[in-house]
Amino acid sequence: MTTLTAPAPVLDKPRGGSIAALARHSVALARRSLIKTMRTPEALLDVTLQPVIFLLLFTYLFGGAISGGNRGEYLQFLLPGMLAQSLAMGGIALGQNLNADIEKGVFDRFRSLPVARSAPLVGAVAADVVRYLTVCVVMLAFGMLMGFRVETGFVPAVAAVALSIAFGLCFCWISVWVGMLVRTPGAVQGLMFLLVFPLSFGSNVFVATDTLPGWLQAFVHVNPITPLVSTIRGLLLGGPVASHLLVTLAWMAGLLVVFVPLALRGYARRA
Amino acid sequence: MSDFVVRAEGLRKRFGKTQALDGVDLAMRRGTVLGVLGPNGAGKTTAVRVLATLLRPDSGHAEVAGIDVLREPQRVRRRIGLTGQYASVDEDLTGTQNLVLIGQLLDLPGKEAKRRAAELLEWFDLAEAAGRMAKTYSGGMRRRLDLAASLVGHPEVIFLDEPTTGLDPAKREDMWGVVRNQVTQGASVLLTTQYLEEADALADEIVVINKGRVIAHDTPDGLKRLVGGLTLRVRPADPQRVPDALRVLDKVAAPGTSAAPDSSAGARPGAVSVPVTDDTALDEAVPALRHEGIEVVDLGLHLPSLDEVFHALTTQNEEAQKEELV
Repeated sequence: MTTLTAPAPVLDKPRGGSIAALARHSVALARRSLIKTMRTPEALLDVTLQPVIFLLLFTYLFGGAISGGNRGEYLQFLLPGMLAQSLAMGGIALGQNLNADIEKGVFDRFRSLPVARSAPLVGAVAADVVRYLTVCVVMLAFGMLMGFRVETGFVPAVAAVALSIAFGLCFCWISVWVGMLVRTPGAVQGLMFLLVFPLSFGSNVFVATDTLPGWLQAFVHVNPITPLVSTIRGLLLGGPVASHLLVTLAWMAGLLVVFVPLALRGYARRA
Repeated sequence: MSDFVVRAEGLRKRFGKTQALDGVDLAMRRGTVLGVLGPNGAGKTTAVRVLATLLRPDSGHAEVAGIDVLREPQRVRRRIGLTGQYASVDEDLTGTQNLVLIGQLLDLPGKEAKRRAAELLEWFDLAEAAGRMAKTYSGGMRRRLDLAASLVGHPEVIFLDEPTTGLDPAKREDMWGVVRNQVTQGASVLLTTQYLEEADALADEIVVINKGRVIAHDTPDGLKRLVGGLTLRVRPADPQRVPDALRVLDKVAAPGTSAAPDSSAGARPGAVSVPVTDDTALDEAVPALRHEGIEVVDLGLHLPSLDEVFHALTTQNEEAQKEELV
């Protein structure tokens, strides 16, 4: 057996301070998640094929009935909303994956290393950017094939995509938290669907809010998906943006403030 | 600097109704191997998880490399390597990617992380498989990768939780070689095992844990003296020669003992056994048996099984308590 190299002196503090270390470790762990994603492209079905099927289904099956025959106009209305729905759903897989990793003991190794407690979760969330970007590109590209047109311009469209991804990154912390709490990946999916379905259907995604009964309108108005959809519609089709954007940003901040600490606490307790 | 690189006092941990640790004291000298021996559910893994900063005990105190595990876990983490009971390698990553990731998380500069990964892969005989995903590895290869991952940061203290469970005997001996090599390079190793044989082969001192309590702490030799030590078992091909075999084996018996028909659990009829002091008894017994023309079908040295160790330790414990009462 050969002799191994002599150990370097042990550092007591991470290089460059704790914030820089958190960023560096999160990037390393995000890269790990990305490699896993690239190795299993079938894990991207929920952000590629699924939104496309939903788009086809709602445009051609229900679209005519909902819009009174004008499918083209309905697609313009539907697509920004469906983008928001797909983002909310796209976060579910993250909680499932983290749950599976913890069960397999992979995270035990990370916990025995001198990295911030939050780094494995922050890294996993950061890697999810790729999935949300995929959702946006697939939806817009396929939507355009079906006849969708951006009525504003390139810059507002890019802003819509950026906002969508940012919202996805905030919303997925709910999924991360659930992933820390429950025992199996299947349970993560079940619970998250129970949350995402009412949020995405009880909103302005599929139909105009004023067609709904009063109590449902009340729910739609307090639903975080609603301002997001209104903002994306404004950015892609024109119309007011600023007020919807403020409410959306407030929701995003709220999601982070509540669910990041909850997720971290859940992670710390999951021994 | 303290002579002890791991020290734990009064560790207690309860999971629901199970008292996993019920006041565990441990001490491991720098540069040695401490074997933690015990059956399933004895609390070995819980103890390792506490020392490796993965689990907070309900009460008690622990120091690793002179640092308080509960107060400064991050400093402890820079000095330890952990290999858990189940190989926790990332299956979708290659061998290299697995080790480079650990290096990055240990703040090694990029190049150094790659160099160290290559070095360890070479050393663990995984160089050829370095670019393959870990899910394609055999069980033994995964174990080796897992162990390599715990060595990336040149840890001062290495925790191995049942490192050879599920490995075949040849792979087990390979793993033992790795552990011994780490110790010659200055590391201290705490390993848990269910096999007395493994603890005997590796450990400088052995702690026996049962039901969350330490029931013995001794050197392997001390433990063997406590529980009866080595036995030489011989089964003559011809049962008629048993008396002759007994006479021959009496000559190699440990002082104060004698050969007798083998009465241990699972013994074959016609086998004889004799307590011996060490394995040189084998060198004497084999020519002596041949000289007498006794043909044997089975011959070997045996350590007491873990069951026998427990039986001996618990009986002794009870006797000691009785004496105290008197």
